Amino acid sequence: MSNRIDVRKTYKLYIGGAFPRSESGRSYEVLDPKGRFLANASLASRKDARDAVVAARKAFGGWSGRTSYNRAQVVYRIAEVLESRRAQLEQELRDSEGVSASKARDYVDLAVDRLVWYAGWADKLTQVVGNANPVAGPFFNLSTPEPSGVIAVIAPKGPLLGLVSVLAPVIVTGNTAVVVASEEHPLPAITLAEIMATADVPGGVVNILTGTRAELAPGLAAHMDVNGIDLTGIDDPALALSLEQAAADNLKRVRRPAAEDLLATPSLSRMTAFLETKTVWHPIGV
Amino acid sequence: MSASPTITPGVTSGPGSDFSDVTGSDAALRRFLHGLPGVDQVGAEARAAALGTRSIKTTAKEFAIDLAIRMVDLTTLEGADTAGKVRALAAKAMLPDPADQTCPSTAAVCVYPDLVAVAKQTLGESGVHVAAVATAFPSGRAALDIKLADTRDAVEAGADEIDMVIDRGAFLSGHYRQVYDEIVAVREACGSAHLKVIFETGELQTYDNVRRASWLAMMAGAHFIKTSTGKVQPAATLPVTLVMLEAVRDFREATGRMVGVKPAGGIRTSKDAIKYLVMVNEVAGPDWLDPDWFRFGASTLLNDLLMQRTKMTTGRYSGPDYFTLD
Amino acid sequence: MSTETTKTVFEYAPAPESRAVVDIKASYGLFVNGEHVEGRGTPFKTVNPATEEVLAEVAEADEADIDAAVKAARRAYEKVWGPMPGKERAKYLYRIARIIQERSRELAVLETIDNGKPIKESRDVDVPTVAAHFFYYAGWADKLEFSGYGTTPLGVAGQVIPWNFPLLMLAWKVAPALACGNTVVLKPAETTPLTALLFAEICQQADLPPGVVNIVTGAGRTGQALVSHPGVDKVAFTGSTDVGKAIARAVAGTDKKVTLELGGKAANIVFDDAPLDQAVEGIVNGIFFNQGHVCCAGSRLLVQESIADDLLARLKRRMSTLRVGDPLDKNTDIGAINSAEQLARIRELSAIGEAEGSERWSPACDLPTTGYWFPPTLFTGVSQAHRIAREEIFGPVLSVLTFRTPSEAVEKANNTPYGLSAGVWSDKGSLILKIAAELRAGVVWANTFNKFDPTSPFGGFKESGYGREGGRHGLEAYLKGADQ
Repeated sequence: MSNRIDVRKTYKLYIGGAFPRSESGRSYEVLDPKGRFLANASLASRKDARDAVVAARKAFGGWSGRTSYNRAQVVYRIAEVLESRRAQLEQELRDSEGVSASKARDYVDLAVDRLVWYAGWADKLTQVVGNANPVAGPFFNLSTPEPSGVIAVIAPKGPLLGLVSVLAPVIVTGNTAVVVASEEHPLPAITLAEIMATADVPGGVVNILTGTRAELAPGLAAHMDVNGIDLTGIDDPALALSLEQAAADNLKRVRRPAAEDLLATPSLSRMTAFLETKTVWHPIGV
Repeated sequence: MSASPTITPGVTSGPGSDFSDVTGSDAALRRFLHGLPGVDQVGAEARAAALGTRSIKTTAKEFAIDLAIRMVDLTTLEGADTAGKVRALAAKAMLPDPADQTCPSTAAVCVYPDLVAVAKQTLGESGVHVAAVATAFPSGRAALDIKLADTRDAVEAGADEIDMVIDRGAFLSGHYRQVYDEIVAVREACGSAHLKVIFETGELQTYDNVRRASWLAMMAGAHFIKTSTGKVQPAATLPVTLVMLEAVRDFREATGRMVGVKPAGGIRTSKDAIKYLVMVNEVAGPDWLDPDWFRFGASTLLNDLLMQRTKMTTGRYSGPDYFTLD
Repeated sequence: MSTETTKTVFEYAPAPESRAVVDIKASYGLFVNGEHVEGRGTPFKTVNPATEEVLAEVAEADEADIDAAVKAARRAYEKVWGPMPGKERAKYLYRIARIIQERSRELAVLETIDNGKPIKESRDVDVPTVAAHFFYYAGWADKLEFSGYGTTPLGVAGQVIPWNFPLLMLAWKVAPALACGNTVVLKPAETTPLTALLFAEICQQADLPPGVVNIVTGAGRTGQALVSHPGVDKVAFTGSTDVGKAIARAVAGTDKKVTLELGGKAANIVFDDAPLDQAVEGIVNGIFFNQGHVCCAGSRLLVQESIADDLLARLKRRMSTLRVGDPLDKNTDIGAINSAEQLARIRELSAIGEAEGSERWSPACDLPTTGYWFPPTLFTGVSQAHRIAREEIFGPVLSVLTFRTPSEAVEKANNTPYGLSAGVWSDKGSLILKIAAELRAGVVWANTFNKFDPTSPFGGFKESGYGREGGRHGLEAYLKGADQ
């Protein structure tokens, strides 16, 4: 019988492991490519962004302190759950971007595979980018990468593959993230948040805001408790310039927007952009 | 001006020098000795090396060389030692540079117990002391009563100072109480003679052990702590001496009592000797810049000091032909 | 008894290093395209901070001079240095390393005269490390494919360095840049230009092709012109956090790659089981090395309360043996403050420390009457809120705080916008590893302090800057990256 009325989903924000509405009480209409109403997304405010930073900071110690093996498994678990909910994601991609069924399948495939690829890096990156340094003296000297801290991520338009491609490299190394989701296609981001919430990602490790870049990005770029910012999703050069200038106030690590083929296998650079090298010395003696 | 070291018989105990609560058993001693701050080898050696870069010139150098001569325990400890050899050494100790009467005499001559009488006879009232190695030197491997007899024999023959060796085997196996008791017993057998306690740091190996041995000996009543017999390599080194100087400095802070330090073996040049004096000055403090509180156990060092001294007074470099070989 | 005389005489006589080995000219120009040229700005004077004697007049590079230098560097990059095989670039760098060793005495004396640092340090630390740095990076020039950062240089590097380690900072900048195939325009600090200008002569002796290294002298304006010049592909700066932020702002929106090595307020944490005598040496080295003009100086001593009294007594006793005075005297431990301006800042912050209620202590020491001097100084009773616990003083001033537990130590140590370095002292291995892991700092010295090596990356977390200098990691700043 087709008399049954759908139960629709309310798309909310993802902050500190919870799914609140914007504190501002605002939302915006998300339309499909043909201009038809899909849903109302929360229109996050600057205050929501600040709350997200607080949540990310609170989660940082625990997340960065986990073993790499554990972080690898959590990111891998996101891939597992995403795979299991691929039908929903494919439908959302088709709805929001208007892509074909096969294209949507490709994107989900790639997103899952990318998560798997990054998950494996968690316990290998230190071996690849760290060093034992042969100093000229009786000292043990070891350089290892450590996460920079709280990273603001301005996600690209691509709602799923784009988001996964910028988010996974940030968190797999132990950073926590405040993500401004694709302004145009925010709904899959919130579905991904639901996936993460059930994939053992600790609350606050990933925080997802839906809303406008113009409203959210400047506050994050200027926030003194944010350690780095990925400007990938900023395609307005003037905005990118002002964000990078604001980021200078506390010397955030900045990844500038640049053309990138999201279909290709990534390099290490998205991970190393938000890593610090720590070098520890100790004498060798009896 | 006499260079004679003064001996204060039975150095008095200072405040806080009652260690009875920590010396009662191996376990108690272990707790105390292993509770001392550790020594980081690399840091200690870097500090010693840094002190070694001090550049000593002109008046300070003149002073240092004379002081070093006055601190020498001129030593012969060979199986081939004879009365003749010891007499010659004693003569040199009293008048190191026959061509220069202003040259001070050394602190002591250091010989085996059976040659103490010969040395004493030559030195007479010159003020140069006779030091004797005792307690089954150099290995220390004999029964306690033999070690005590060895000590008494030397003292009866006129030794002013006794250089004993600790039982390294006992120390390394954790029998601290045994080492402690032996030092106490030897000190008693010394009577009014001064007791120097040799650790043989080359066998103790670690600076932590050197620091522990230093405290053990000081608590047991040693007047001096001494690095080495000269029969084991490495003998005295700057960092070992640094750790011992830190120990005597801290011991005085804790008890008010001063203990002397004697590096022995391997110090051959004036340059080396001056490095030691710089270290004494900066680590333990100027109170230790005195033959009563710092000695060099050495034989060939004296001639190098004399050559440097001559250079300072004449402006020319001298050579070994101009100094006696004794 | 002779004890009385002995106690008074062992005062080290002065042991000055001879100045005859250096030949300071009355005036210096810029070094552009392999030649010494006049500057178009207003010349300035560099003084010996120990005597206030004017050493030389030095040209100021204006924007036109910078433009000429950048163009010379660009030509050299495109025509000579960029195309040159790595193994040939390597040989030039090895040559430079060897000439630095050959002229080490001259470099050390000149550094000490211009900077005020003790000859003991310029001779035993700065200059040998400079030679080692060139030697190390020389070997990378033909091995870049193994670096993990690709083999493509960036182009022209604009480099601005501070006055605290003039020649060493030059080496940290120039050696990796050249090894990777870049050419450089380097601006030394206005108070310490002389060794960089002597380095220009060394480049000539090494027959380094013209334009590969260009040296432009001047103050902040000159530096600003250099980093904002559109022909510069890479900016490397070591200096204050304020200037670092201004540079980060200035290069925003460009393609310039940037590395910044900025200020610090390092905690030096001493636990109750530390090797105390070595800890005291580490504290002294941490804050009094180079008069405390060290960005990674251990300027906050965090000592566990249970040993605080004992440690402070030892520290004060040790500080009393520090010899402050003529930097050319081989026995000097603490030399002159680099400039009147820096001295004023140290005085001001120290006065604030007192006003905020901290107790100030210095050993008795006679300071020379001319020149810029500040005694080794200790503040006790300092709390985290005090300015002397938060701001970089960049002088021989140590703030002492206490803690009770390891977590309190880490919390206090990390409670700063800086994150350059930290120290930890303990005999317990697992404690050291735990604390080292939790400290948010780019370099952690455990049971040692202020150690540097060409193979060991150096650089900060947070507001202490970004990028690393030294080691394999140091190549990243001068290559386009593996995915480019």
